[in-house]
Amino acid sequence: MLRAIRNKSILPAFSAVRAFSSSAKEMTIREALNTALDEEMSADPKVFLMGEEVGEYQGAYKITKGLLDKYGPERVLDTPITEAGFTGIGVGAAYYGLKPVVEFMTFNFSMQAIDHIINSAAKSNYMSAGQISVPIVFRGPNGAAAGVGAQHSQCYAAWYAACPGLKVLSPYSSEDARGLLKAAIRDPDPVVFLENELLYGESFPVSAEVLDSSFCLPIGKAKIEREGKDVTITAFSKMVGYALKAAEILAKEGISAEIINLRSIRPLDRATINASVRKTNRLVTVEEGFPQHGVGAEIWFSSLHCLFSVQLVNSWKYTNLLHLLNSTSVIEESFGYLDAPVERIAGADVPMPYAANLERMAVPQVEDIVRAAKRACYRSVPMAATA
Amino acid sequence: MSFSATNFAQPRPVPVGVRSNEKPLSSDASRFRFRGPPSFLGSPHSLRFKPIPPFKLAIPHSQRSAASSVTHIANGKMVKSSANLLITKEEGLELYEDMILGRFFEDMCAQMYYRGKMFGFVHLYNGQEAVSTGFFKLLKKEDTVVSTYRDHVHALSKGVPARAVMSELFGKATGCCRGQGGSMHMFSKEHNVIGGFAFIGEGIPVATGAAFSSKYRREVLKEAGADQVTLAFFGDGTCNNGQFYECLNMAALWKLPIIFVVENNLWAIGMSHLRATSDPEIWKKGPAFGMPGVHVDGMDVLKVREVAKEAIERARRGDGPTLVECETYRFRGHSLADPDELRDPAEKARYAARDPISALKKYLFENKLASEQELKSIEKKIDEVLDDAVEYSDESPLPPRSQLLENVFADPKGFGIGPDGKYRCEDPKFTQGTAHV
Repeated sequence: MLRAIRNKSILPAFSAVRAFSSSAKEMTIREALNTALDEEMSADPKVFLMGEEVGEYQGAYKITKGLLDKYGPERVLDTPITEAGFTGIGVGAAYYGLKPVVEFMTFNFSMQAIDHIINSAAKSNYMSAGQISVPIVFRGPNGAAAGVGAQHSQCYAAWYAACPGLKVLSPYSSEDARGLLKAAIRDPDPVVFLENELLYGESFPVSAEVLDSSFCLPIGKAKIEREGKDVTITAFSKMVGYALKAAEILAKEGISAEIINLRSIRPLDRATINASVRKTNRLVTVEEGFPQHGVGAEIWFSSLHCLFSVQLVNSWKYTNLLHLLNSTSVIEESFGYLDAPVERIAGADVPMPYAANLERMAVPQVEDIVRAAKRACYRSVPMAATA
Repeated sequence: MSFSATNFAQPRPVPVGVRSNEKPLSSDASRFRFRGPPSFLGSPHSLRFKPIPPFKLAIPHSQRSAASSVTHIANGKMVKSSANLLITKEEGLELYEDMILGRFFEDMCAQMYYRGKMFGFVHLYNGQEAVSTGFFKLLKKEDTVVSTYRDHVHALSKGVPARAVMSELFGKATGCCRGQGGSMHMFSKEHNVIGGFAFIGEGIPVATGAAFSSKYRREVLKEAGADQVTLAFFGDGTCNNGQFYECLNMAALWKLPIIFVVENNLWAIGMSHLRATSDPEIWKKGPAFGMPGVHVDGMDVLKVREVAKEAIERARRGDGPTLVECETYRFRGHSLADPDELRDPAEKARYAARDPISALKKYLFENKLASEQELKSIEKKIDEVLDDAVEYSDESPLPPRSQLLENVFADPKGFGIGPDGKYRCEDPKFTQGTAHV
């Protein structure tokens, strides 16, 4: 499936670039996603969109604005309210080499289609022994919004990231959004692309390289948003913004925090996390989703994972396993490097309440991250001692 | 042609149906006379609804084929002559061979299972061969088939070699999926068999998507000759599942080249169709969505073949989907682990008397299309094919240990494709360093 992507200069569906020459260009996440979709649809006629309200309504969150007019109703399909049905249709089309981008109005609705995401998309390449690959992208807003209640607020990163055969991406900035969505659409495997509704309107500066139509980011590589030496904070999606704010606060107190934007939940960039932990010796994981069996739990374990993998490698001698761990050199115990227990910040272990003050308590806030970092640095009493 | 609902053509006059009767292929005349009310579905339970008078298949006049005998329903009688026979000798032998392959293969599976060579879930197709043979022998290699867990015979009829299917069932590396799929997940890209789905109803949207891709390739990518048709096979239990209705809606809305084939064998493990369904006549659900719904006697391969011909041609022309309900029966239990205690032995005996293979045999003899000798030689040939398949599978190696972690992704290391269009892991500079800063 090697194909050179022509470097075309594409007119985006609407202008994302300011006309002045001096200031850095800024782009909202919405524009980033829209231009990414536009460019990929223009470059490859096999890419098509399907979802509820993606066409005439211009997208439930206006992500697909202008695409129906540009590409027509055959490539931007308004579907009936049939998640299971249209997700399966997307998977069947992907079996035959088309590249559907299936939009879920929120990922909560993907639960009606989760059978197709897992059983007919993720597992097909394996079950057919490589005969059938599924180049499909499932995208949509994930996680909590503002006051939408329990059934519209769950974060699905941990659930999808648990499943082999899926790639799970979660962008934070516009650069992430553009690069990762383009990588996802070009990818020959099923990709779950978790956006965040509250970030859609936020602007981020983008470089000229990002605006190029052939720009894409690698999957499975995290980004160090801010370098530091005292504590490592991992986060994804909206929590990266909170972690950055927390880092500012911590800097004033003399704690230098290294913020890792995971970008890719599956495959998880264990190499970056472990390298950072070996440098700072303290780890705080931040996520918006439920704590049990969450992304933080996996990161915590993956620092132990490298310890166990030594035995596995010696007894099985699988080069594939080494590659799955994303590095051949990091078969060392990061466990021995930790100076403090790993602090895990996650959403409250309850369905999302509606009342504004309760909702604020159910989702991690900047203060929670600051407090956790301080606990990890032994600047304050550990949680167990206060219980 | 766009997919928007405003371009949707007139739905066919509804309802449509070919009413079958229960008599086997003994005489042409009686085949097409409606005998009503039939003991519908062969069930001992009494019916709550009134019988429905027969309708002609709503075929436009220009497309009625001379050989299609269903149009003679209104006349009630048929002139029997060699020109009116539905199949030639070659076709008859081909159909017979395919059904014998299916039947003998499934019997061999049962034997192998009880000898411990096959394991897990094995669902056998005995008794339903007329449905698969009736449809598959009209398909091209590029046409797609999607099935359920009862998929061995679908894979065989589509052309997957018996050796590959048997090895897959044994879990050997020479199987069609290298032992990674198993009985319920037969995939063959070459023969366009895209599963093998264990969840009932799961294959229907995937089949609808395959049909969608065929239409997309024809109309958006402008590929000439992209007229592949998709067949989705599923059972009576699936017809109560939401995904089925979602796909009937979308297939009719977008006029996709798909045929929904219901293999109504009356039983979903131990749940009788009549206990589970408010309106047991599944073919009626087609017209509710704007597509023809046809009921056909699934124990009679020639009737299935006629209906299949019409439905496949309709889909290939671009006229949209069809729902075909085949009334059939499975002679064995739901799976080899099913004790099959709930089904009435009298019902089983009734259907055993309508065995599709015996019925075709009788038809071939009565119309002098084949001799005893020719059929026996076909059976012998199939026996040899199967013995060879079992021997091959026995001798095949188990998958190597390194196969465990292969094929999770199409992308070798999971890093995606770079801006130059090649896999990132192939770029030597990529593996240096860890994160982007």
